[in-house]
Amino acid sequence: MNEKRKIRVATCSLAGCFGCHMSLLDIDEKLFDLLGVIEFDRTPFTDIKHCGPCDIGIVEGGVSNAENVHVLKEFRENCKVLVAIGACAITGGVPALRNNIDLWDCFQEVYLYEGGLEGNQIPNDPELPLPFDKVYPIYEVVKVDYFLPGCPPSADTIWKFLTDLIEGREPKLDYEMLHYD
Amino acid sequence: MGALVMSKAITIDGKSVSFIDGQTIMDAALAAGVYIPHLCHNPEFEPHGNCKLCIVSVNGRNMTACTMPAAEDMVVASNTPELDSDRQALVQMLFVEGNHICPACEASGNCQLQAAAYYLKMLSPHFMHFYPPREVDASHPDIFLDLNRCILCELCVRASREVDGKNVFGISGRGIGTHLVVNAASGRLGDTNFAVTDRAAQVCPTGAILIKRQGYKIPIGQRTFDHKKISEVQMEPVKRTEPEHE
Ligand code: SF4
Ligand code: SF4
Ligand code: FES
Repeated sequence: MNEKRKIRVATCSLAGCFGCHMSLLDIDEKLFDLLGVIEFDRTPFTDIKHCGPCDIGIVEGGVSNAENVHVLKEFRENCKVLVAIGACAITGGVPALRNNIDLWDCFQEVYLYEGGLEGNQIPNDPELPLPFDKVYPIYEVVKVDYFLPGCPPSADTIWKFLTDLIEGREPKLDYEMLHYD
Repeated sequence: MGALVMSKAITIDGKSVSFIDGQTIMDAALAAGVYIPHLCHNPEFEPHGNCKLCIVSVNGRNMTACTMPAAEDMVVASNTPELDSDRQALVQMLFVEGNHICPACEASGNCQLQAAAYYLKMLSPHFMHFYPPREVDASHPDIFLDLNRCILCELCVRASREVDGKNVFGISGRGIGTHLVVNAASGRLGDTNFAVTDRAAQVCPTGAILIKRQGYKIPIGQRTFDHKKISEVQMEPVKRTEPEHE
């Protein structure tokens, strides 16, 4: 019974580029230290498809379609602490550059004018999630407990943040670790 | 020596700061090397009191330091958690009222809005984003005007009027509809006599006025506020003209 339970962590990327996940992997050999104290639930690393009860949920990317909302709500319901990582989760980020462009104009530009492998057509499969007219930061959809800005936050910043959180301290970033770019 | 000159003084956060008549609290603070956060104030131009970031408590009442004349025996509080949290809320409102996508902005790292947010340890914009529709004007051969990032500080307005003698910019509308306008029948910067050498082309604290063909000359990570706080950078011109204390 003295064996310490590992902290269970889930991660996902919504409307993001996986850059924050890459930056997490950039902690390199410290991953071994990290895996000594945490275990992964749903993440792109484990390929588990649904989030179970977790201590920490880390969400990259903003909310740009209906599927993003479902995943985000599943994270919120299952994770004791929810972390927004990166500019997109916190402000909408680069995907939000489309927020003042009409969705139909975006679709035409991407799929109609130039055409793709399947010719000039707008994808319309019922399997595809419904896109929203705008991209939203995740805190406008669910309650978020912690924010870790950066595009992406550096590996050192992520390490500092995670070790603070895991060791029960209020995460604190030095001046040079706080970045929006 | 001559008659004893009693210099007048206020106190800021417990420190005695002398002033001469006509100086604002901000003038006196800057001269004494005391930092009060500010965005729309630049000692080169008439103070305007637009951004409210310089909010201080004067004998218990909140006022803007850049517009409030110093008066004898004022007790000013500036560096307090309460005022910094008000300032952070102001900065957060500026972020959500415009479209500030820092990773896609050439000013990132050199931007004073961003630097003020870093200084105030802002972790998220907190409020609902407006994502307002705003124009980008690329009509001028040397300068971009991107209204997505304009915080209505009126520094360009003042610089163009007071230094360049041109009146290229103005402010129009009221409340949330307030916006920057360009003094040309077409409303386009390319149809004004605005020049890249104008003072107004250099004073924008954000990425709203950008000089063309400069993009990413200085890499991200090596820019002004990447390693230095705005409180140091904004005090530098003062330090250069003031002898070191002690
Ligand atoms: S103007 Fe400043 S705050 Fe706005 S996007 Fe550019 S760097 Fe960010
Ligand atoms: S364009 Fe720049 S200098 Fe002019 S009002 Fe807007 S933010 Fe201020
Ligand atoms: S600096 Fe005083 S109101 Fe902006």
